[in-house]
Amino acid sequence: MIEELKNKNSEELVKESIRKAKETNIEINSFVTIIDNPEHTDNKESILNGIPYAVKDLFSTKDILTTGSSNILANYIPFYDATVIKRLKDAGAILIGKTVCDEFGLGGTGTTGHTGIVKNPWDTARGAGGSSSGSATSVALGIVPFSLGTDTGDSVRKPASFCGVVGYKPTYGLIPRYGVLPFASSLDHVGLFTTCVKDAAIVTDVIKGFDGKDMTSLKNTENLTSGLDGIISDKKLFYIKELTNIEYYENPSEDLIDTLNLFKENLNKIKELGVEIYEESLDEKIIDALGPAYTIISCAEATSNLSMYTGINYGHRGVGNNIKDMIKDHRTKGFSSLIKRRLVIGSYVLEEKNQERYYLNACRVRHLVIDKMNEFLSKYDALIMPASLKAPLLESANDVITESTKDVASTLLIGNFGGYPSITIPSGFVSKMPVGINLTGQIKEDKDLLNIAYGIEQKLGYAGQTVGGKHE
Amino acid sequence: MSKYKTIIGLELHCQLITNSKVFSPSRNEYCEVPNTNVNEIDMSFPGIMPYLNKEAVKKALKMSMVLGCTQPDELVFDRKNYFYPDLPKGYQITQVTKPVGINGHVELISNGKTFTAEIHDIHLEEDTASLDHYDFFSLIDYNRAGVPLIEIVTTPCFEGPEEVVEFLEYLTNSLKYCGISEADMKKGQIRCDVNVNLKNEEGKYVTPKVEIKNINSFGNVANAIKYETYRQTKALEEGLTDELCQETRRYDETTNTTIRMRKKEGSIDYKYFVEPNIPRIKIEPAWLDEIKNEIPSLPNERLKTYMEKYGLSEYDGKILVRNKDISDYFNKCLFLGINPKTASNWISTEIMSIINKESINIKDLFLTPERLFQIVKAIESNTISSKQAKELFVLTLKEQEEPNALIEKYGMKQLDNDDELETIIKTILDNNAPQIEAYWNGKTNMFDYFVGQTMKETRGKANPVKAKEIIARELNARK
Repeated sequence: MIEELKNKNSEELVKESIRKAKETNIEINSFVTIIDNPEHTDNKESILNGIPYAVKDLFSTKDILTTGSSNILANYIPFYDATVIKRLKDAGAILIGKTVCDEFGLGGTGTTGHTGIVKNPWDTARGAGGSSSGSATSVALGIVPFSLGTDTGDSVRKPASFCGVVGYKPTYGLIPRYGVLPFASSLDHVGLFTTCVKDAAIVTDVIKGFDGKDMTSLKNTENLTSGLDGIISDKKLFYIKELTNIEYYENPSEDLIDTLNLFKENLNKIKELGVEIYEESLDEKIIDALGPAYTIISCAEATSNLSMYTGINYGHRGVGNNIKDMIKDHRTKGFSSLIKRRLVIGSYVLEEKNQERYYLNACRVRHLVIDKMNEFLSKYDALIMPASLKAPLLESANDVITESTKDVASTLLIGNFGGYPSITIPSGFVSKMPVGINLTGQIKEDKDLLNIAYGIEQKLGYAGQTVGGKHE
Repeated sequence: MSKYKTIIGLELHCQLITNSKVFSPSRNEYCEVPNTNVNEIDMSFPGIMPYLNKEAVKKALKMSMVLGCTQPDELVFDRKNYFYPDLPKGYQITQVTKPVGINGHVELISNGKTFTAEIHDIHLEEDTASLDHYDFFSLIDYNRAGVPLIEIVTTPCFEGPEEVVEFLEYLTNSLKYCGISEADMKKGQIRCDVNVNLKNEEGKYVTPKVEIKNINSFGNVANAIKYETYRQTKALEEGLTDELCQETRRYDETTNTTIRMRKKEGSIDYKYFVEPNIPRIKIEPAWLDEIKNEIPSLPNERLKTYMEKYGLSEYDGKILVRNKDISDYFNKCLFLGINPKTASNWISTEIMSIINKESINIKDLFLTPERLFQIVKAIESNTISSKQAKELFVLTLKEQEEPNALIEKYGMKQLDNDDELETIIKTILDNNAPQIEAYWNGKTNMFDYFVGQTMKETRGKANPVKAKEIIARELNARK
């Protein structure tokens, strides 16, 4: 799709993009900031030259408001660009807006940003998912052909499923994170939304690669676009039966039944390509531990990462008689109660007396899961799973951490635990709402994974899907 | 006092010499103008990430070797979480899991007695910003934020202020020897916290551990330990239990006492965990070897050689090893063939006085070991007298010319030709008949007068031994 835009007048593209952004923002609330006079560095060599895009408001953008969708940074204007923003600027891509997310990325509903709820463009009674909510909706609405998000648990791949677009989280370190407001650094990934797999490859090729400011960024990365031929007849995939067979659920909802039926139908279609698909078993104890381990690790790291917001060298100065009270006041007023809950959990699990029982045990679970996943990936090319149920109604969407119930998409967390490349692509509809399937492959095998996704996309036929029609 | 033994442990912070900071590309340079060596990382703007400075790691590992520590197989960093305005990230990146060095020890000599300084661990971390407090506000200078630091923690292994000062001398000398730190206490490049408490004769601790902060010189470290020993002993003997608790005190220079800052009521929980933004990095044994090969021979080793092999005293030896450049100068002198004691005398008197007076490095002194050798050789061959040698020393520095050339230029060659000297002395005696008479009448100090006249006439060049011989002979002839 990006390739087709190449021949269009860039100025008109950008104008149209901004117009749509403003028009839809009243109802959907994709954007914190829409940029009226976007900057363009002409680069005729680049495939992204003149292409409009949007980024989650967690990316540091020089001279442009960057809030993290939090009151604590409501007026913060950075003086430096995140590495990926710089790369896109150099490539001639045009940033038209900063999108709403769950506060600092700590949520999965799109309901906790400081500028309000992000609604699902397919049905505004429903949520867009999160945390990269506005980035998902801006692509689903056809405002921009691509947008950037971040993914710490499933924050790109779940909203992509809810909004019927492609959401890709590459191998940990493939895209540098410098300048991205952190949530949980060992799990944080930069990811992106597009309407087709090829665009995901094209954009990733522009922004990936080693960055001298991010020690976790990868050297010697492969070109991804060149690997897309859609020939996948020699591929072997697997799925986890405990999460995809209805008999493993007590009182399954209708949505769940429909979603799993659609998933099985799709597996049959994919098999027609010559792909072999196998059923595997994952200990239910491990499945049950995924969510809690994720909560513990992510909250622990978040507690530390969010400690920099003290109101001393940026943000509203807190009020108080001494520095401790000033910091306390700043944080009490700035963070929402949901964030505070997570910071308290994170602080609790890191305390010396609790660390062994909670934090270190969660790290052990993480490694156990990685070992198991590596064992699977030594036999198979990728894990294939439903990416989510259909988007929930807004009244039932909340980000309070409670005792977890079994989630069909909990394997998305494995992608973050081990830094595996993972992509969600649209795979059909459940009662008129889009859903996706997710593919997760071996570390640094992004090229292979994207080609599998590309082959499946061609078979399922949802490439270029946006709300109300294909992207023009 | 003698009933108890003072036990001391140290925590030292040393800033490393590197071009840039430990996790950011900002310059690492002592700077008077606040907030000049600063970027978004040092001030912790949202989204920043650390990038580890390899040179800082190398220097930290080098110090780990100098202190006889065991190095880890990989680099791991940890976060120490706490809120303080000088810590913009809300956490400090430091090392707990695998420090750059553990279990080290160094053999040292104090007043002829050998003792061992034990190192618990040495770790690499980042310095905090510095705060300037005023009456109603404080200012933050981020120049220091992110400067590479090594923290050296000893066991409670020192048994008195002399051992502590000896170790501190050794430590700063080694840091300078290896180019690891400038270790200037006045610039805060080395900072020292001292833990003091008392043990009884059975080796049991009888007072709680007191930490003393803010000590700005080695002399004051010794003073603080002495005062604290006195204070704890007194409190113990007089049963002043209020005075004895685990606490942090600071040394007050004006009163030469320590003053309570805060009691330690349960330590702060720093919620340490492994820094996720710095991947574990394998330390290759070949790299460690490379670092080890760069370590010069260290002050304690040199002192041992100077004392055992060259027969210098502990006092003279310590003057030489205090500074690597001076010790190197001395070694070069020995290599050229100058007698160790002669070289030591020249360095500790004439040369030290010049470099102290003009505050220059001995490396930049025009009088190189080679030139000193010319002077020493001229004395040994009786070409010049030792009095002339001192003049030649000054002339060499003043005129910046080779000593041998200056001997020629100023005709400084000692006059020891018998005939020439005899002629000169005869003339002097001929012109001083009344003085000769006085001499023979008992004014024996007239002899020195004739020597003086001879020296004056020869402008100091006369070989004094020979001159005296001839004067005595000629006086007898004129009796």
